[in-house]
Amino acid sequence: MEEKPNYSYISQLSGGDKDFEEQLLDVVRLELPQEIENYKNHLEIDNFMRAGDDVHKIKHKISILGLEKSYQVAIDHEDNLREGVLDDDLYKRFEEILNAMTKFIEKA
Amino acid sequence: MQCIIVDDEAAARTILKKLASNNENLEVQAEFSNALQAIKHLNQHEVELIFLDIHMPDFTGFDFIQTIKNPPKIILSTSDRNFAIEAFEYDCIVDYIVKPITQERFDKAIKKALSFTPKDEKDTSSEKVDTNIKESGNDLYVNIDRRLIKIDIPSIYLIEARGDYILIKTSGKNYTVHSTMKKIEEKLPENLFLKIHRSFIINVDKIIDIEDNSVLIEKDVIPVSRSNRPELMKRLNLL
Repeated sequence: MEEKPNYSYISQLSGGDKDFEEQLLDVVRLELPQEIENYKNHLEIDNFMRAGDDVHKIKHKISILGLEKSYQVAIDHEDNLREGVLDDDLYKRFEEILNAMTKFIEKA
Repeated sequence: MQCIIVDDEAAARTILKKLASNNENLEVQAEFSNALQAIKHLNQHEVELIFLDIHMPDFTGFDFIQTIKNPPKIILSTSDRNFAIEAFEYDCIVDYIVKPITQERFDKAIKKALSFTPKDEKDTSSEKVDTNIKESGNDLYVNIDRRLIKIDIPSIYLIEARGDYILIKTSGKNYTVHSTMKKIEEKLPENLFLKIHRSFIINVDKIIDIEDNSVLIEKDVIPVSRSNRPELMKRLNLL
């Protein structure tokens, strides 16, 4: 994965308000693992439409963590899932993004 | 402006609250993770502006708008650019902002909301609607496959009801649009168009001939209903 999660959007948004930064990261820490779990559960039962909904939610977290290029991967993955297609390459790339985000928020 | 936030994602609500707190024109009255809670709130409180997520499970933002009576101003916030055209169909929608939202983009949307007048308040009669069409150069924009396609109104010779759709026929091309006869009738100039049957609106200028209870227009023979025939006869310059 070329790019890494970062604080660029969060910093821009907070304008230096550290309490807000922490508050937002807390919310992401809480929501993201649940969204990833939902995504995996829906894939497991081949409910691609619901998995697409999950990717849609995760997509916003991707942008919050400053991952601009990965955002496009999520868009393509979401579109495919909604059409009932599980693209192997997109699935793997999306997994890498999820892993990178998970590691980042655990350390943040 | 008193506003509420409706978004199933907590991170999105946190961001919108922060952006709103930086704008002196806004006061966030409440936030909701689902549309049904928001509807209950709207029944009991006066709200001037809603930040609304389109993509919510079970009950979408568009379902929400269709459910509430006299919707206030609405700013749609979404991670999906694909709904922008559908958003144009609702008079109460002020702006459409794509996540991740920056303060600059947010403030721009609020500026629009402050100067926004719902279409219902601007156009109180069909005569005014007609004027607006003329001012926009006699063009009608229709939504087909998420594209807004321009149709030159005088070139339309026939509109036909087709279930949930209408077929708009022009000299050069035909368009099938998801709409109703009532909606398009309101958008067409009364002096040019006439409903001659519950399923047909014609451009009176394009009539070739009339025989008994039918009208020949271009190559189409269209029935004229008994109740609409007197109005059609009135519109003709009879010798």
